[in-house]
Amino acid sequence: MTYFLQNVINALQWGSFYALIALGYSMVYSIMMLFNFAHGDIFMTGAYIGLGIATGLLAIVSSGVIALPGWLILVLTIIISMFITSLLGVLVERIGYRPLRNAPRASAAITGLMIGIILETGNLALLGAKRFSFPPLIMTKAYNISGVFVTNKKILVVLVSLTLMLALDLFVRKTKWGMAMRAMSYDFVVVPLMGVSIDVIAPMTFAIGSGLAAAGGVLYGVAYPVLDPYMGILIGWKAFVAAILGGRGSIMGAALAGFLLGFIEIFVTMIFPSTLRDLIAFSIVLVILTFRPHGFFGKPYSAKLRL
Amino acid sequence: MEVKKSNPGNTKRFSGLRHFFSGIPASGWLLAAFAAVLLEFYVGDPLTEILGLPKIPALFGIVIILKKPHLIPGAFAYVGLIYLLPIIIVAKITAPATNWVSEKLDRMPLWFSAILHLVLLYFVLEIWTDISDYRLLMLKLTLIAIMITLSLNIINGYMGEFSCSHPGFIALGAYVASVFTVGLFVNDRLLGHALLPQALGQFLFPIGLILGGLVAAVGALIVAIPSFRTRGDYLAIISLAFMFIVKSLIENLEVVGGPRGLGGQPDWATLPTVFVWAVLCVWTINNFVESTMGKALNAVRDEESAADAMTVNTRKTKMIAFMFGAFWAGVGGGLFAHVLRYVNPGTFGIKKLAEVLAMVYFGGLNSVFGSIVGAVSFNLLSEALRPLEIFKWIIIPVLLILVMIYRPTGLIAFKHFNVKKILRPRPGSKERV
Repeated sequence: MTYFLQNVINALQWGSFYALIALGYSMVYSIMMLFNFAHGDIFMTGAYIGLGIATGLLAIVSSGVIALPGWLILVLTIIISMFITSLLGVLVERIGYRPLRNAPRASAAITGLMIGIILETGNLALLGAKRFSFPPLIMTKAYNISGVFVTNKKILVVLVSLTLMLALDLFVRKTKWGMAMRAMSYDFVVVPLMGVSIDVIAPMTFAIGSGLAAAGGVLYGVAYPVLDPYMGILIGWKAFVAAILGGRGSIMGAALAGFLLGFIEIFVTMIFPSTLRDLIAFSIVLVILTFRPHGFFGKPYSAKLRL
Repeated sequence: MEVKKSNPGNTKRFSGLRHFFSGIPASGWLLAAFAAVLLEFYVGDPLTEILGLPKIPALFGIVIILKKPHLIPGAFAYVGLIYLLPIIIVAKITAPATNWVSEKLDRMPLWFSAILHLVLLYFVLEIWTDISDYRLLMLKLTLIAIMITLSLNIINGYMGEFSCSHPGFIALGAYVASVFTVGLFVNDRLLGHALLPQALGQFLFPIGLILGGLVAAVGALIVAIPSFRTRGDYLAIISLAFMFIVKSLIENLEVVGGPRGLGGQPDWATLPTVFVWAVLCVWTINNFVESTMGKALNAVRDEESAADAMTVNTRKTKMIAFMFGAFWAGVGGGLFAHVLRYVNPGTFGIKKLAEVLAMVYFGGLNSVFGSIVGAVSFNLLSEALRPLEIFKWIIIPVLLILVMIYRPTGLIAFKHFNVKKILRPRPGSKERV
């Protein structure tokens, strides 16, 4: 039982990353009807930007200009990294997706892939092939709750990601901008005629999605402190699978499916050898999609929407 | 998807150049290329010494230009003296003769003329690759890339699905063919003693390749059957999951070496073998897409329910297209494994997927010619830019993004690949002058 609970904790943490990234995929999809394949690499870039900010802040603190506690540095790192990565997301939209808005969707997928490769290689060219380790901003504390070990970092990861998801949910449901986004995802032919410009909504969606991915990246750096330029590829594609599994364009579905994928992966390794993880996880995804071809919360969709 | 009309200004701007080259048939170009490679074969070495180059430039001097700027004049002179000038002069001088030959061939059956041209092309390539092993390897990999790109174009271009499963098909073909040859003809640590004499293997090698293709085709059913119900993004996910499953399956099969990979394939993928398979692939796929079946594919892409109403059996069409594409991907994979003589599952991951997709969309959807151009130019580019090291992978994606922005369906999309038209005589310039 304790073993099981231990793995639930691990799965919650692992699923948080998938959920945070999958949200970005899903939001972009709901507005533009296409997947941003550079998203995994935006996650990676967010982690690296976070690394840079954390190192910079630590240098300022150690020079004695200003005294900041570790947790405050972490919060600042997350917020600033989210902001800068949002700008990157807007840039990606401007360069890679806006010129292709009326092109076949596969072409936009290719530009997304290529922007991802540019981000990876650009990182490699700028920083070299060296792996960087994320500075330890907070001390790891382990709590033993009747045999289950919980570290404060795991709690932090899960809490921050849940907070961000709630904030996103509130934003989408309660604010005027959120209403515009929902309207746009409902119908992007008529809504622009009602004075909501897609040139405003689309970059905003990219910005929010990229910001969430950056938060995921920084949290990833806190939990697994070794960063490399290719870390975003696999996690990004798996989050893409989660976004589909949740139902295209469904924000709640994406978050839930992200956690579900985390649970599947952790529990597969609990029972089977860890080398079988991808095999079994993707087989389960295949079976789920065969029986629910539109994901958990997706609506059956007609191909006429766009193509 | 619509076909973009070509810019009429373009033809006007280059009309002088076009006019100059228009009178030369395909056979003339081939003959000129033959002369150029013969020239390189005999005077290449002395010429490099005169021009102060370290050795014969392997790839038209591009690598030298990027690596050692002080040799740029020498490299340009070499390319000009060996390739450009001889090709233009020979092609222009022999134009009346080659036109006459082409005219005679035009009246004969198409296959005869095509085979003659291909034999000439083969000799050009053979002599060209005789200079260095690097050229040979690159040429083989390019031919295989053509096969793989074409086979993906059936699914992604002609049928309009976004399938990501191609690395999986290639991996299946590569591993099945490797197990066939290594298991039967080679004493191997993993797969035991050779069961048959190696001399026999050369002849049974095609069977191994076809076997690999068939296994890949059966694997394609896993992707094709869900595609009856879903399209677009869900199919992308299903095919992506298939790719991951194949990769992960191979990693867990200790019999074939697991993540360490499988090596020791015999050296049977020689240039003639690869060339013949590539020609077969282009020929069958071109016939396939020009047939009624190919039109059915386009119908399914443009509007599935309308195609269904017009008596197109959409399920059968999708299944055949997937299996046919996967078959050729599997054959290409088998050749790939025997060219490199080593495969490991890590090769068939997302990087391969991005590469194959890039070649298809760079060259052009729905076009055999586009796939050939895409595969060749992508391979040439990625080899030529090798001296730039890491920046290669910034320049190539930027180029692709530009292509996507200005020609969203690729460079040469929606073009027919008409062999008869390509091989026809072109006496036009004679009449006009």
